[in-house]
Formats: sequence, structure tokens, C-alpha cells
Amino acid sequence: MPTADAMRWINRKPSRVLAWVLATLPFIIVFAAYAIGSEIRLSVNPADKLLPAPSQIWETALRLLTEGDRRSGRILFWHDTAASLRRLGLGVGIAATMGLVFGMAIGLLPYMRATFATFISVLSMVPPLAILPILFIVFGLGELSKVALIVIGIGPFLIRDLWMRVTEIPTELVVKAQTLGASSWIIAMRVAGPQIMPRLLQSVRLSLGPAWLFLIASEAIAAEGGLGYRIFLVRRYLAMDVILTYVIWITLLAFLLDLLLKVLTRALFPWFGEKRA
Amino acid sequence: MSFVTVSNLRKDYGPRTIIENINVEVEEGQFISLVGASGCGKSTFLRLLLDQERPTSGTITVDGELFSGEPCQTRGIVFQRYSVFPHMTVRANIVAATAFTQGTWGWLFGNAKKQAQAEAQSTLDRIGLGHVAAQYPASLSGGMQQRLAIAQALAAKPRILLLDEPFGALDPGTKLSMHGFLEQLRVETGMTVFMVTHDLEEAFKLADRVLVFDKPKWDPDDLEKGGATITYDFDARNDGIPFQTLQENTNVFKSD
Ligand SMILES: Nc1ncnc2c1ncn2[C@@H]1O[C@H](COP(=O)(O)OP(=O)(O)OP(=O)(O)O)[C@@H](O)[C@H]1O
Ligand SMILES: [Mg+2]
Repeated sequence: MPTADAMRWINRKPSRVLAWVLATLPFIIVFAAYAIGSEIRLSVNPADKLLPAPSQIWETALRLLTEGDRRSGRILFWHDTAASLRRLGLGVGIAATMGLVFGMAIGLLPYMRATFATFISVLSMVPPLAILPILFIVFGLGELSKVALIVIGIGPFLIRDLWMRVTEIPTELVVKAQTLGASSWIIAMRVAGPQIMPRLLQSVRLSLGPAWLFLIASEAIAAEGGLGYRIFLVRRYLAMDVILTYVIWITLLAFLLDLLLKVLTRALFPWFGEKRA
Repeated sequence: MSFVTVSNLRKDYGPRTIIENINVEVEEGQFISLVGASGCGKSTFLRLLLDQERPTSGTITVDGELFSGEPCQTRGIVFQRYSVFPHMTVRANIVAATAFTQGTWGWLFGNAKKQAQAEAQSTLDRIGLGHVAAQYPASLSGGMQQRLAIAQALAAKPRILLLDEPFGALDPGTKLSMHGFLEQLRVETGMTVFMVTHDLEEAFKLADRVLVFDKPKWDPDDLEKGGATITYDFDARNDGIPFQTLQENTNVFKSD
């Protein structure tokens, strides 16, 4: 019998504790690298703004999270968060609904496929950021253009992805439903729809990254508030501590959203995991 | 006129002819086994019987009527895999046979729902799946899933049941109990069955007739050329005794 040392690396697994340590390791390394870099720069020039000390970022974060704006008294941090999340939620929600409806229609109905398949494929090649100016011109600088950018940015991807997932449903199941007397609509509602829902959540998880990108891009260009707007505003003052606080916060939000969708998929569709276990 | 009539049936995929010259007449209530080498077109024949695909030429009639162009409730099917709905519980899979025909949305409500659920439960109890009614099919063994698939197909009360290697992945013991299950259902419903199998013993044990699919002539230069047809049509009643007799009549078993 081969000893543990002779085992292939593809078969060696870390223990639970070690896995946990390994998972935190990269974070610690990045943090340490930053702290050291900041320390070095500040020791040369105490007024350096590029790499503020972690302690300073912490203080700034506390101030941003708790103190109101001098003029309006609102805590801008939470105000920005709410504004951004609303845009993101609306954009992703609309895009996901479109993805579900069109994806199912194109995936299930040959007539829809004949009409829209090529169109959607071409549409998804349009670089969304390139038409951002058009959106601003057409929808104005308000909320609508930002939500529209997210929808245009991830909508075609979601439609194409969902349509592909629908065609991946085994033909056997669709045939089976027909032999049980189901109409097209019932097949959509009771066979294809339920099978596609967990996959929709998966696709939405994948498209959250691009969605944030489009949100921040549009906020950076024209907005009266929002996480992206604030970052680009304070850039002028080289307020790295504020920028970093916002970046960490956005990252955390994105991570939590992803986690939420993952947990939701598991809770709502218990059969989904079992099948691929 | 017989119940199922297949005449001059032929199916091509692109330039390849898969099956051709298929002529069969089947009486209502007969159990037909289909055997033949892998890839000779048995599943294709079942798909044509199901009206999932259209023949290149030739016709199939059931009760004197031609097909409408899509699968329907007259013919139920059990595939080797993917036969039950993974997103529905075991009981919901049976209830679906009733619910899918209901209204626009395919859901049952109130008393109709209670009644369908009670009926599904008694079906499940009878086939030994009562205790897993609330579970999802993925947690069932292969034999249990196939039993569920057959019960689901039968819940729609088809006149013809099509089985494509339904017991191919089962161990011999489970297979035997599935044979008992199928024979019992057949006595109860009197339906016509077409079953594809690679197990000759199973084919002769269960069926009234065994149809053998094979190419009548093989072209040594092009093995792909030509389609398969029905080369033998064995009478398999009495547990395949005629099959035995036939074997004995061939020179292999002749002693003198
Ligand atoms: N949709 C299709 N398009 C093109 N060729 C196909 C298609 N379906 C089946 N074939 C071909 O038709 C031939 C017969 O296939 P079929 O599945 O009917 O065989 P089979 O007798 O059921 O085999 P097995 O015993 O392995 O299940 C195969 O060579 C297969 O490659
Ligand atoms: Mg086959």
C-alpha cells in the first residue's frame, strides 16, 4: 500500500481546519502586503496619500458610516448604498425577467427561435458601454439610463444563457409531458419553467459582476449619488481612504448578494443539487 | 383490421437509411418485444410509433387512424433514462398525469387535488413506493425510478405502452420483480406493449411476439448502407416455448 506521501496530489485533501486556514491565507497576505507598503511610503513621506494606513482607513470608514453630511445631515454612505442597490436590483430584476420570458419562448417555440435567435445573437455583440451616450441622450441623466444600461448589458447574455438551458432539458421530459396530455403552455409552466428557475438564479449570479461594472460606469459619468458616483467624485481630492472604504464595501455587497442567491437556490430548489450530487 | 398497422415504413437520417420495409400488424393487447443489434434502429422505430418523429415514407395507423404529428395520450412511453420529472416529488409525478390535462395552468385545486393525491398514493402503495411519496426521484434507486416511470405512464391510461430498454440498467433480481410488476399491470389494463430490450430471455419471457431487427443484406464495402428491417417475427407465447422448439429443430440440436 502506498504511503500518504506517495499519493497523487489530485487525491490529497486538506483537513477542515487546514482548509479554513488556507482560505484566509490569501486575505492575510494581501492585507500584510498593503500594510507594509503603506508603512514604507508613510515613513518616507508622512503626507503621502496613495497608500493610507489601515488605521486611517478604519477611522475614515467609521466616520463615513456614522456621520451625516455637513449640509444635508444625511449619512451619504447609506444614501449612496441605497441608491446603487435600487438601480442594481431594478436592472438585474428586469434583465432576469426578460431572460426568463424570452429564453423560455425561444428555447421552446420554433417560431420564436426562427424570429429572434439571430437577432438576439447580434444584439448581444453590441458593446453596452459604447451605447451609454445614446442612453443618456435618449433617457436623460436620471435613473432610467442607469437601469437601462444594466438591462442592455446583461439582458442579452441572460436570454441566451436561459435559452441554452431550456434546450438542455432532456427531450425525453418534454415528450413525456406530451404523452401525459400537457399543452405547450402547461409544458412551459410545469416542466420547463420549474427546471429553469434554479439555472436562472445561477445565471444571475454570474451576471452580477458585469451588472456592477455597468452600474458603476454609468454612475461615474452622471449621477446625483451612488457608490460609483462617490468614488469618482472623491478621486479629485485623491481621497484614497474614502475610495478604498467604498471599494471594500462594494466587494462585500457583491459577495453577500452572490451568497444570498446561492443559499436561495438551495432552499427553493432542493431537487436541483441532489441531481448533480 | 388489426389495431396497429405499420406499412412500408422507412426512416432516413440525412443520406442514411436507418430502417426500411417495415410491415407489421399488431392486435390490441399484444405484447411485442423488439430485439436487434445496437444502432439498428429500434429506438427510432419507437419514436415513430410515438409520433415524436415522422417517417420518411410509409404509414402507421392505430385503430385505423393516422397520427396527428405529435405525441399524445394514446401512447405512453418509458425511456431508459430521464423518464420522470426530477423537480417533482414522487407523488407529484403521478398526479401530473391528471393535472397536466387540467385547464390552462395544469394545476389541480381543492377536492380534485385531494382526490388525485389520494389516488396517486394508493397507486404508489400498490407498487411499493408509498413510503417515498414525498421524496424527489433523484433519491430513488434505478429500479424504483423505473417503477415510478411505468406507473406515471400508465396513470395517463394509454392504449399503447412503449418501453425503450426500461430494465437495461437493473440488476437481475430487480429485473425479475419488475417483470412480475409489468405482467400484473398488463393483465389489469389489457394494453398493447412494445418493448425494446437487449435481453433475449426477457424478450421471450414477457412477449407474445418477438420482432428481430436486422439488415437483410450487408454490403461488405459499406456497412452503413441499407436500412434494417424485421427479419424474424417469432411467436413467443407460452414463455417462449416455440422459440425453444425452433432451436431444437435447427441442426444444432438434432441428434440423428
Ligand atoms: N436524430 C438523429 N439524427 C441522425 N442520426 C440518428 C438520429 N437518431 C438516431 N440516429 C442514428 O440512427 C441509428 C439507429 O439509432 P437507434 O437509436 O434507433 O438505434 P437502437 O437500435 O435503438 O440502438 P441501441 O440498441 O443502442 O439503443 C444510429 O446509427 C444512430 O446514430
Ligand atoms: Mg435505443
